[in-house]
Amino acid sequence: MDLQFTDKELAFRDEVRAFLAAELPAELAAKVRRGATLEKADHDRWHAILNARGWLAATWPVDFGGPGWTPVQRHIFEEESARAHAPRIVPFGLAMLGPVLIRFGSKAQQEEYLPRILDGSDWWCQGYSEPGAGSDLASLRTRAVREGDHYVINGQKTWTTLGQHANRIFCLVRTDPQVKPQAGISFILVDLDTPGIEMRPIKLIEGGHEVNEVFFTDVKVPVENLVGEENSGWTIAKFLLTHERTNIAGTGFSTQALEEVKALARARRVNGRRLIDDPLYAARLAQVEIDLEAMKITNLRMLARAQKTGQPGVESSILKIKGTVIRQELNDLARRALGPAAAPFPAEALAGNAAVAPEEHRADAARYFNNRKLSIFGGSNEIQRNILTKAMLEL
Amino acid sequence: MDFDQSEDRRMLAETLSRYLADRYDVATRIKLAYDAPYHSPERWAEMAELGILHALVSEDHGGMGGHGFDIATVFEELGRTLCPEPVLPALMGLRLLAAAGADLEPALTGAEMLAVAIGEPEAPWDLDALETRAETAGDGWVLTGRKSVVYGGHVASRLLVAARADGGLGLFEVRAGDAEITAYGMIDGGGAAEIFLDATPARLLIADARDAFDSALNAGRVALCAEAVGAMDATKDLLLDYLRTRKQFGRTIGSFQVLQHRTVDLVTEIEQARSITILAADALDGPEAGRRASMAKNLIGRAARLVAEEAIQMHGGIAMTWEAAVSHYGKRLVMIDAQLGDTDFHLTRVMEGLQA
Repeated sequence: MDLQFTDKELAFRDEVRAFLAAELPAELAAKVRRGATLEKADHDRWHAILNARGWLAATWPVDFGGPGWTPVQRHIFEEESARAHAPRIVPFGLAMLGPVLIRFGSKAQQEEYLPRILDGSDWWCQGYSEPGAGSDLASLRTRAVREGDHYVINGQKTWTTLGQHANRIFCLVRTDPQVKPQAGISFILVDLDTPGIEMRPIKLIEGGHEVNEVFFTDVKVPVENLVGEENSGWTIAKFLLTHERTNIAGTGFSTQALEEVKALARARRVNGRRLIDDPLYAARLAQVEIDLEAMKITNLRMLARAQKTGQPGVESSILKIKGTVIRQELNDLARRALGPAAAPFPAEALAGNAAVAPEEHRADAARYFNNRKLSIFGGSNEIQRNILTKAMLEL
Repeated sequence: MDFDQSEDRRMLAETLSRYLADRYDVATRIKLAYDAPYHSPERWAEMAELGILHALVSEDHGGMGGHGFDIATVFEELGRTLCPEPVLPALMGLRLLAAAGADLEPALTGAEMLAVAIGEPEAPWDLDALETRAETAGDGWVLTGRKSVVYGGHVASRLLVAARADGGLGLFEVRAGDAEITAYGMIDGGGAAEIFLDATPARLLIADARDAFDSALNAGRVALCAEAVGAMDATKDLLLDYLRTRKQFGRTIGSFQVLQHRTVDLVTEIEQARSITILAADALDGPEAGRRASMAKNLIGRAARLVAEEAIQMHGGIAMTWEAAVSHYGKRLVMIDAQLGDTDFHLTRVMEGLQA
């Protein structure tokens, strides 16, 4: 039993810290810290900096341009990045499609797409969910019909995150409507410039534009864009769901959020005393700190197992459930700390003398509402409970 | 980073687990735990012979362990079968005697049973609120006050007592025969006692014993957390077994999603409980020992009550019976919170750290 990182891992942590201190642009970190919307150029800039260092595609094998990190190294990188307020790496090409192509793609697909993901030529988005297929993803109805050397796609995708920046989309489509739902799905790559595609923004609960809906009308896609065999898309989708989930607990984000809330509660005076001296508030904060301390160890225990067995267990669903609940609780404590000062909207409207909340906390209410998504996306927490029931409880 | 137990501790756990399965299964325990003397002197001697008391004490003091993980290993196994033997007072007593530089041998072999008398009717957990007084009398000392719900006090021959003297909070030794003791059993099994001290002769072991008490209390808290983890694991097994076999509406009740999701939530909290216990065991004897122990005891208090109440609820009526093992697990899991500081007491301690 040893809770400490090895000397090698500690040296790696120092290396990551030094890199972030030297290379992370201060204005980017400031934007992340105050919860401002990042532009495409912001993401591209950070990706390019990481790519230059060879650290962009954390989960890819060395042969494909990955850094060859262990699960623990990946974890350290994620924790340190969160700590430094680095932008989140946009996962769709790097953490999702990349590993899929490496595992299931043809050599031609790997050679064409992987370098373009690394150098930022392509921005991928995800075409999974549909209006009628959310948690029940296998019921998706977007149709791809083979016609000669093309598939013709008709249907609608939704919740397409940052699709407004994308030039390509990977989709799950129905290629066989006769068999049971999971057996008739294929995984296909689509160029968003293809005629017949329309992307429309969805305005979110806090007013932001983060996700989109995508409409496909007689969209012709070459058959060589199919990944893996026809009708093997569900296998690929499951691969994506159960792999590359080292950061699923989000303990780095939560640790950072906890520090911010602590600082806010110490600095803010409410009804004649520091907020932190309000015993009810302090008790809530203390309890979530305790839960987070436990979560960090739970996360490390599962990482250690992944490192040993080469595979994250289904227990990663525990990390998803508990990790998102903790993050949301911290978002709630931040919003609540501001009292009515959390309400002015949009947050940027009150600046200078009129500002009512500290600059880095102006978006706390928006962040609270936006992060209700955490327990919904990536397999809702209820779906995670179904997964755990099947795998662990054998009921 | 490595979360596997060392070979030595794995062997210790296996030895103890095999012994308990063989000689102290839950059915036996239920027979023994609620009638005086609320434990089995015969099995106490056997367990001491197995070396479990030595595992609680460092080599410097004649033991073979003493690390937080040794303590956690022993108590997790004890928790799994709800063992009512007074191992917790032995652990804390041995720590106090070690701090005093006293001879541990009689207690280490199990020949002598110890009880640690700290809590009082109006100060169950807070050292600063203790009122028992120590005064000099001739060459020695006398103590006056009442110690309440002293675990193991029903069978101990030697009492290690916290009492306030002019020099601070002192550690005193009282022979059980010199005090007025009312022994009783507990709702969750095992025994304790009220101890009435009225100018009772005592021997001073440590004049300013604040650190020694904190160290013993933190070790005790880690032990209780590990005991709860073992008991929660066993409760989960009982529950899963019941969900897989009990039929209503023509199907096993485990096929109902409402019970599945609640069970997953228990599993999640048990893993969190295991994690925080690891953190506290690791920190024991270090600068963070008190804070980590409080974090652990708070989370354990919440998780154990949840597991107890949910396991009882999902078992339904049968869990309301004395006959069902789950009812005894439920009682122990709930009442662990009342020992050495409850969820609120420890949450306050963590809060005070935030406010400082």
